[in-house]
Amino acid sequence: MVLHEEDFHLIKDLIQRLRAEANARVICLVDRNGQQIACVGEAERLDMTALASLAAGNVAATDSLARLIGEKDFSTLYHEGEKDNLHLSMVGDKVILVVIFDERSSLGLVRLRVKKHAPELGAALERMRQKSLKAKSGKAAASPFTDITDEDIDSLFGN
Amino acid sequence: MTFINYAAREINCKIVYYGPGLGGKTTNLKWIYGKSNPTSRGKLISLATETDRTLFFDFLPLDLGTIRGFKTRFHLYTVPGQVFYDASRKLILKGVDGVVFVADSQSARMEANVESLKNLRSNLRDQGYDLARVPYVLQLNKRDMATAVPVEEMKRQLVMRDEAVFEAVAQNGTGVFDTLKAIARMVLGELRKTA
Repeated sequence: MVLHEEDFHLIKDLIQRLRAEANARVICLVDRNGQQIACVGEAERLDMTALASLAAGNVAATDSLARLIGEKDFSTLYHEGEKDNLHLSMVGDKVILVVIFDERSSLGLVRLRVKKHAPELGAALERMRQKSLKAKSGKAAASPFTDITDEDIDSLFGN
Repeated sequence: MTFINYAAREINCKIVYYGPGLGGKTTNLKWIYGKSNPTSRGKLISLATETDRTLFFDFLPLDLGTIRGFKTRFHLYTVPGQVFYDASRKLILKGVDGVVFVADSQSARMEANVESLKNLRSNLRDQGYDLARVPYVLQLNKRDMATAVPVEEMKRQLVMRDEAVFEAVAQNGTGVFDTLKAIARMVLGELRKTA
């Protein structure tokens, strides 16, 4: 997947809006493979890389559980803590929306706002995905990686 | 699937360490964690049982440096090796960019190696990958054990294609970084074709 700068800012704006309306602490978009796409809010004290990987693992395991009992998936997961809570939901097929919120918000409000913003967010992510697919099939020359050399790679290892 | 983030100027790649139970996959990651610069590594996450067996996965994010102005970040995962955790293994292979197979050199584990390799091939296929094409490296671990099968014999039974083969003793780090470098090199080499 390729995330271009303009898409990144668009997506960030969308989740920033959602964060404000839902009174959430942190909102993060993570792909199903555990890669963080964008994050807004009080994220600096959190290990977002680990959070992205664990959120993806959590969703993947829960999806498998759903299929075991004959469901297609469980579209929403909610973990309630003493202070902070975690709301995970799918946007489209490929992306997980992670909302972390505390007593300044409520599950009802988060659910409502996520539902409201999900279609717009889903559409933006789908456009991004299509763009990424198109670039892969046709315009590879524009990528900075088509001509990386063995020396470039070796330089990473100090050789 | 390699994730290229132009906004953060980052390339993220996923490498999975696969192999039979108690073969040394987690030990590989622990060694890498222990020897990496704290500024270039993230937290090592282990989802393990009470007896320290991998239950779901281990995860270690690692920055290798910059290439063409892009930070290269590798996400290293292990799978649970025990046979009955197959559903979890399948999930972890999702979006994989490169696979390291950690084989256990002890003669009593040869059958488990072969079984696990078969399992890898089939689980990759389920995720839409072909073991013959995905970046892949074979590590023969536990070379220091008294019952270690000769390298040539292990290769005869486990080599699947033209993969690089590394002898290792993950406990003391032998071969661990050579294996990692080889797979990282292959994964980055793939960017030329797929970027």
